[in-house]
Amino acid sequence: MSHIGSYEERYRSFNWKQSEEELEYGKNGMFNIGYYCSDRICEKGDGKKLALIWEGFTGEVKKFTYDDIRVYSNTIAKFLQDTGINVGDRVCLFMDKVPELYIGFVGILKMGGIAQPLFSAFGEEALFTRLDDAKTKAIMIQKKHLPKVRRIKDKLPELTKIIVIDADEAATPQINEIHFWMEKASKVEKFEIVKVGPEAPSVIHYTSGTTGKPKGAQHAHSSIIAQYITSKWVLDLQSDDIYWCTADPGWVTGTSYGIIGPWANGVTQVVLDAGFGTEKWYAFIQKHKVSMWYSAPTVIRLLMKEGIEAVKKYDLSSLRHLASVGEPLNAEAVVWSEKAFGKMFLDTYWQTETGAMMITNYPGMKIKPGSMGKPFPGITATVLNTKTYEPITTAGIVGLIAIKPGWPSMMRSYWNNKTTYDSKFKNGWYICGDRASIDNEGYFWFVGRDDDVINTAGHLVGPFEIESALLEHKAVAESAAVGKPDPVNMEVVKAFIALKPGFEPSGDMELDIMNFIRKKLSPLAMPQEIEFVPSLPKTRSGKIMRRLLRAKEWGEEIGDTSTLEND
Amino acid sequence: MSEDIKKMIIDYVKKEYLEEDSGVDVNENTKLISSGIVDSFSMVSLKMFLEKKFLVKIPDDKATPDAFDSANNIINLLKEYTKI
Repeated sequence: MSHIGSYEERYRSFNWKQSEEELEYGKNGMFNIGYYCSDRICEKGDGKKLALIWEGFTGEVKKFTYDDIRVYSNTIAKFLQDTGINVGDRVCLFMDKVPELYIGFVGILKMGGIAQPLFSAFGEEALFTRLDDAKTKAIMIQKKHLPKVRRIKDKLPELTKIIVIDADEAATPQINEIHFWMEKASKVEKFEIVKVGPEAPSVIHYTSGTTGKPKGAQHAHSSIIAQYITSKWVLDLQSDDIYWCTADPGWVTGTSYGIIGPWANGVTQVVLDAGFGTEKWYAFIQKHKVSMWYSAPTVIRLLMKEGIEAVKKYDLSSLRHLASVGEPLNAEAVVWSEKAFGKMFLDTYWQTETGAMMITNYPGMKIKPGSMGKPFPGITATVLNTKTYEPITTAGIVGLIAIKPGWPSMMRSYWNNKTTYDSKFKNGWYICGDRASIDNEGYFWFVGRDDDVINTAGHLVGPFEIESALLEHKAVAESAAVGKPDPVNMEVVKAFIALKPGFEPSGDMELDIMNFIRKKLSPLAMPQEIEFVPSLPKTRSGKIMRRLLRAKEWGEEIGDTSTLEND
Repeated sequence: MSEDIKKMIIDYVKKEYLEEDSGVDVNENTKLISSGIVDSFSMVSLKMFLEKKFLVKIPDDKATPDAFDSANNIINLLKEYTKI
């Protein structure tokens, strides 16, 4: 029997208080997420239960009980305090999926810091933008990523603690660098967890928009109320589950459902710190007897490419429940997963800003493959007319996905950017930036983004950030970055580039520009295709008409071109 | 010949995908994709490099993470499309 039981009944009778009561949220004045992910589980008698089974790409395995998580996160929290990190300071986590990332996250929260996880594949410019915006005081980092920080640290005066978690013992720290080894440090058995209020900032996750720099969606400790109950009812986490969330904690899924959700529920989770490989992943599921698997459409489509024959080589009978996030899950992938695994991947829709699932499919509910599902209990969702911002009441009409504000995990602001935060609300609704329709049974159907942001493999990439970086390349005169359709990643970045005089288009030039962006920003932002053009279409006021280029890629109508410069 | 190609691939991986002082050693058997040295997005640039260098067209369905997972795997893949 699933935790949620009847969706309709839950939706009718739901109150967030139910989640707070189950968590005993606020008991003894404790609102800190760090407590609920470690100490509370131990106090309930599950200290010896495995919280984390970690496997590296070489096959090395490490296991941590809830008591280990409690003690090691205490150790990190105390260390951070002793090095001068104060309540409210931003502490960046910049590592691959190593245990210190997961436990460090809990440790930062326990001492009242604000965790700022960043994807470790970010290049130095992407890293600089985000550390500069957050005025980050400390960064916990693996030595392999240290060169990126060393190259930018002089431009970051607030960044005074660079904590290297795996330095060679003989290595000499440079200025502002500190060496810290979690498993070798003196264990801190008792730590006084900082009693922050429920509205205190907990996590900042950076996300991209069409214009301007990436924005830091700032969440509060009480987000756990939503992350706990959505993990329980949508992921259907059971006490004996082995749970695998494949997301990287550099992104919001990796913290909301890769740390907070499972650990607040006292579940054992597994982490594979390795790149994608079909057989490797199937072998991992078989080896650890994964029962709940939360992954992404891109992964599912990659698995589909390898076919059902690959599935048959492994015993995947432990799988009980599957869910997906990041981009719309196409109907073919849902149908295929049922054939391959005997279970459908259930799509879940939410965003960095929402902090937890908003519109999803549920165990036991009638599934319409390709649909986003229905709003989570406690969530009022609709689609709005794009001009009036009034809810559309006719089934099948496409509008803007909108959520009534007030759910516990809603972002509290964009860091230092209240103007942009305020612009996300219209007529009393939070506007997600996506378009969808609702059918006559209340199911939501995703249509696409309502802006130029590129969703590649479930990650949002801002065209402005790419175009700004492209302009730093010696040969680029002007550029436009758009999403182009991709059978695996939904969209990939395509750049239209006009070269400066004296530079000629060539394969070498294309590869050089691709690698330039990959290193500067990230592999996700790297154009997978570059089209060299003599010039870019512009409005009469000189603004590049990205919309036109995108429409061409998608085979769509190009719409109104009356403002086109060369019309 | 195969040794030259191996070195070319290894040198390119070191230059493009690793920090100069990362301390990570790469040889012909080093796992490139499953170790995370080259992620699935960056495979596109590695594939483009190989295609340009060896004047071949590697079909997308052959450019799998497994086929790119080491210099040796890449050489085996290239052998299907060129006389190396």
